[in-house]
Amino acid sequence: MKIVVLVKEVPDSYGERKLNLTTGLAEREASEKVLDEITGRAVEVAVSYAESAQEAEVALLAVGPASAEATLRKTLAMGGDSAHHVVDEGLAGADLTLTAEVIAAALERIGFDLVIAGDVSSDGTGGLIPTMVAQRLGTAHATSLDAVEITDSAVAGERAAYGGTVRVQAPLPAVVSVTERLPDPRFPGFKGIMSAKKKPLETYTLADLGVEAEADVPRSIMLSVSETPARMSGEKITDDGDAGTRLAEYLIQRRLV
Amino acid sequence: MTMVEQNTPERNTSEPNILVFLPVLPSGELLGSAAELLGAASALGTPVGVILAPAGKGHAAAEAAGQCGAARVFTAEHKVTGSLLTTPYLEVVAAAWEATGPEAVLVPNDVDGRDIAALLSVRTGSAIASDVVGVHRDEEGVVAHHSVYGSGYTTESAPTHGTLIITLREGAVDDRAPAAEPVVETLELNGAGLDEPPGTAASITEFTESVEASTRPDLRGAKTVVSGGRGLGSKEGFELAGQLADELGAGLGASRAAVDAGYAAHSLQVGQTGVTVTPDLYIALGISGAVQHQAGMQTAKTIVAVNKDPEAPIFDIADFGIVGDAFEVVPQLIETLRAKGQ
Repeated sequence: MKIVVLVKEVPDSYGERKLNLTTGLAEREASEKVLDEITGRAVEVAVSYAESAQEAEVALLAVGPASAEATLRKTLAMGGDSAHHVVDEGLAGADLTLTAEVIAAALERIGFDLVIAGDVSSDGTGGLIPTMVAQRLGTAHATSLDAVEITDSAVAGERAAYGGTVRVQAPLPAVVSVTERLPDPRFPGFKGIMSAKKKPLETYTLADLGVEAEADVPRSIMLSVSETPARMSGEKITDDGDAGTRLAEYLIQRRLV
Repeated sequence: MTMVEQNTPERNTSEPNILVFLPVLPSGELLGSAAELLGAASALGTPVGVILAPAGKGHAAAEAAGQCGAARVFTAEHKVTGSLLTTPYLEVVAAAWEATGPEAVLVPNDVDGRDIAALLSVRTGSAIASDVVGVHRDEEGVVAHHSVYGSGYTTESAPTHGTLIITLREGAVDDRAPAAEPVVETLELNGAGLDEPPGTAASITEFTESVEASTRPDLRGAKTVVSGGRGLGSKEGFELAGQLADELGAGLGASRAAVDAGYAAHSLQVGQTGVTVTPDLYIALGISGAVQHQAGMQTAKTIVAVNKDPEAPIFDIADFGIVGDAFEVVPQLIETLRAKGQ
């Protein structure tokens, strides 16, 4: 069983995040780069299965700028046997279509039985890549799973549906994504950190994967970017025993209740 | 997929077709987001609804779609359990696509909507705009609006060419379309999408209908949201937020800290991880307002905050802030509103 986890490096959502107002691209210097929280949960699913299984190998795959290598190393400290990094200038500002194409091409190169990703990233908030990748690879998708069970030949789990929840099952190979309901990742121990330094990490360019970033297919392009004006604080009072009444008056006056 | 019944529609050739996937609940009701999906579509062209309903409920759902502005509706019926995941939805949307040649396809940005968008995009080679908060048309076509990094930035995107597939963030669009008498076309699914090559799709083995525990409006679409935080102190204390929500007919939310502490269900979480809301009124009780939380609510039109800590960051963005104890302020607020007959 070979499990590949899709690893995403993001600007830390606990700090300030900035877009460049000329290019519309992320200001990489503005924020600390961290492993997307949801990726940590995906890694944990893979690593905990690998610990219990007879023969399971976990590979990590990231598509991103050079800085993502440090994030891949940190992630390897949580577990995983190898890491793969697609890094290429042609990927700056890549839309979902190109990103899915690159990930699918890399997965074909690496080989996989099961791909695990986080369901929605904290920066792009798209939640589309895992299913797009599955469709490109011709495998089943089972996304946004709130619980995951992996066996030698299948993956199953639960997810939200209109008006309820469904239990789904997919034969392997498959691509799944997990939600925040999955457990937190483990804290990498000293041993993990030391061994991560020695684990293989391979890099690929778009040319290595046979992907043409300039191909004339429909792309999503950014037309404009603007900063939302900072929200100003309004009235602030300290409760002297009548704040509830004053709030009621405020709401009534503005026809908010 | 075969078309079993078709009224020849009078097509308005001057207006492009905009396909809208409209989710249906097991009861046969359209999901609450139908009105805004069709409202957004009507700003771009002729709204064409696509519905996959439980057996016997297709026609009523199509009528309801007309009430929300669908000029034309494609419906099919199926049973969830035993079918393939996403495939039946995709089949219906793809059939409607073939019949209408849409300029854009709108789906809700939810678990099933995202899967439909993703599969359709790869299958048709179309560009996607994700987590869209608004749409308009310029001289070159459809433009999608995005709210990025917890509403810190607004961006616009467009496809270089071809149909644009859009996942629409719930609660973000205020446009509504006038009611219409829809032309309804019934489609028949080929064995609930089981013509997919075996082994390339997940199957649904069980469906559990959620027990309707709450009569509160859905958090995402609610005009007023009351959220509780860690400051409410306990699961019992959190009920204060629920009481105020019920008093105001509001949706109930929670900060991540309150969810992590076990005061509130995960589905109530507002923030970067969780739900993004854009209500007219957002009332934060005992929420400090970390950046994480602000990312999910700072586009509310009016923000009210009650917190004991005068330094809480929530006050930086609140239109009306009260430094005080929510357990004192809220009962008095409720009492005053009742006295004034609000």
